[in-house]
Amino acid sequence: MSAELALLGPILAAMLAAATPLLFAALGELVVEKSGVLNLGVEGMMLVGAVCGFAVAVQTGSSTAGFVAGAAAGAGMAALFGVLTLLLLANQVATGLALTLFGVGLSALIGQGFVGIPIADVPELYIPGLTDLPVIGKALFGQDALVYLALAAVPAVHWFLYATRKGLILRAVGENHAAAHALGYKVIRIRFLAVLFGGAMSGMAGAYLSLDYTPMWAEGISAGRGWIALALVVFATWKPGRVLLGAWLFGGVTIAQLHVQGLGIDIPSQLLSMLPYLATVIVLVVISRDVARIRLNAPASLGKVFHPDA
Amino acid sequence: MNRRTMGKALMGLATGAAMLALGVGAADAQEKMKVGFVYVGPISDHGYSYQHDQGRLAVEKELGDKVTTTFVENVPEGADAERVIEQLASSGHKLIFTTSFGFMNPTLKVAQRHPDVKFEHATGYKRSANVATYSARFYEARTVIGQIAGKMTKSNIIGYIGSFPIPEVVSGINAFTIAMREVNPKAEVRVVWVNSWYDPGKEAEAAKALIDQGADVISLHTDSPAAIQVAQERGLWVFGQSSDMTRFGPKAHLTAIVDDWREYYVNRVKAALDGSWKSQDTWGGFKDHMLFLAPYNPALPADVVAAAEKTRTDIMEGKRHSFQGPVKDQSGKVVIAEGKQATDEQILKMDWYVEGVQGKVPK
Repeated sequence: MSAELALLGPILAAMLAAATPLLFAALGELVVEKSGVLNLGVEGMMLVGAVCGFAVAVQTGSSTAGFVAGAAAGAGMAALFGVLTLLLLANQVATGLALTLFGVGLSALIGQGFVGIPIADVPELYIPGLTDLPVIGKALFGQDALVYLALAAVPAVHWFLYATRKGLILRAVGENHAAAHALGYKVIRIRFLAVLFGGAMSGMAGAYLSLDYTPMWAEGISAGRGWIALALVVFATWKPGRVLLGAWLFGGVTIAQLHVQGLGIDIPSQLLSMLPYLATVIVLVVISRDVARIRLNAPASLGKVFHPDA
Repeated sequence: MNRRTMGKALMGLATGAAMLALGVGAADAQEKMKVGFVYVGPISDHGYSYQHDQGRLAVEKELGDKVTTTFVENVPEGADAERVIEQLASSGHKLIFTTSFGFMNPTLKVAQRHPDVKFEHATGYKRSANVATYSARFYEARTVIGQIAGKMTKSNIIGYIGSFPIPEVVSGINAFTIAMREVNPKAEVRVVWVNSWYDPGKEAEAAKALIDQGADVISLHTDSPAAIQVAQERGLWVFGQSSDMTRFGPKAHLTAIVDDWREYYVNRVKAALDGSWKSQDTWGGFKDHMLFLAPYNPALPADVVAAAEKTRTDIMEGKRHSFQGPVKDQSGKVVIAEGKQATDEQILKMDWYVEGVQGKVPK
């Protein structure tokens, strides 16, 4: 049993890292949806963020610059979405899906010259004593900066949404854009800013993958994580704290199934590969049974087109 | 991504058609045979599809005055594959290489509709009058790296990242394990299946999981270099797959199994040109130049390298077989008797692990 127990620490550490891209993207999308906009283009924004971040890091040799570029590229993609859906009033679902398809192709195009180039990854934190603690040491004190940044973003987003006036206004816009507009709030501007924030967070999620998690560029490197992030937002009933739990659950199941295989426990690997998704679906179903809770937390104007003159 | 490359391919074909219609280079196009290539990944993967494309480039280089080549990359193994192959066949390609196992049935379907077009399908087992198959005896190289792993491990745990539990991968695990146990009977192999050929994130997670469980040498049968980076970071050993992946982890990368299709592709295109092409099955190893090993890591002790080279040349000269009996399965039952070697059919249908592999083959 002690061998299995010794694995707990590494599993925890790997789980936190696996949850990081999901956290970034899902927190961004949460703010977007709280403002009443549904952007299904997370996967596309992640990929463009990943490739731009990687490209800049290769050119400048600085992963910080790459990370900033990834966020900027994600925000750029989101700006495109914002112009189409908020100013030109295009359908949000269709535009979001198109944004993902566009991002997949665009990132592959940009990335053509960057495949097969290795870069140094971001160094991990090391605090003598603390990092060496058994079980929790590596998980809590031995991660790289981006993991902590993602964790810090959870209370920050919660604080912004529920403890600041700007957050209140953003939520008001998401609940009832006509009323917010009547009160004199600039619905389109607020939503545009939220969309940009969501894009930047998705871009960061992508940059984390290509700069840190697996420091390389490969087509489709996000491998569906953008869609998982979208599901996590609903899974968390639009609450930042629950996004964190969801991301950990998903990351944990992903990592645990690999360990189960390595230990030679006789469960079909295909079933294990399915587990994280299965867990997401089951929790979604359980949560969705409580209609009242969904209604209470889901932004009432989510996905609805707003036009000031209507 | 598939849409994008499909689109690119279709645009290329459309441009070609337009050029023909305008009469530009029409005479030229009639003389030159068109050869098509279908790849499962991007040619920039620096792995499996990249190596196939090296074969195509060799054809262009050597026979460029007689043939033109077209390739379509990132073709998923499914309904899209049939459309892509059909597109190539109906646009005048006379010889088409479909380079992944999952293209088997689509290739046969399209071949039936185009009896005048010749097809070459990699790693499959179904043939017809105009469909030939070819593959490399990847397991031969796994015997060599298994032996190196057995000598280099200190923890006696080897991590093995598998893509899908198909015979090609399972026979590789077995060949690796047999050679490893021969030099180090205490070592064991732990297998993690990621159920994907190319998912850097998952491959890295699998490598970390195996290392956390005590593995100090990692072998992989997936296509991305993610595990190489992990091994480099953790200061352990790893073998590359499909192509030389040294630059992703110069310290960790011991050697790599490299596929080499150049000679085969050039020969088959020549055969198609002179009319001697016929449907056949080619399964080549070291001696047919279908695979070789990337340069050994300078950190490898000289005696390990010498032993590895001896194994390789012995396999080449037919003095050694990867599955030389007695070979026992996990229950200790002798599957390949003393003095016998596994038949090609046994290797092609292998769905059991040898002694020394942990876990069971997923069914």
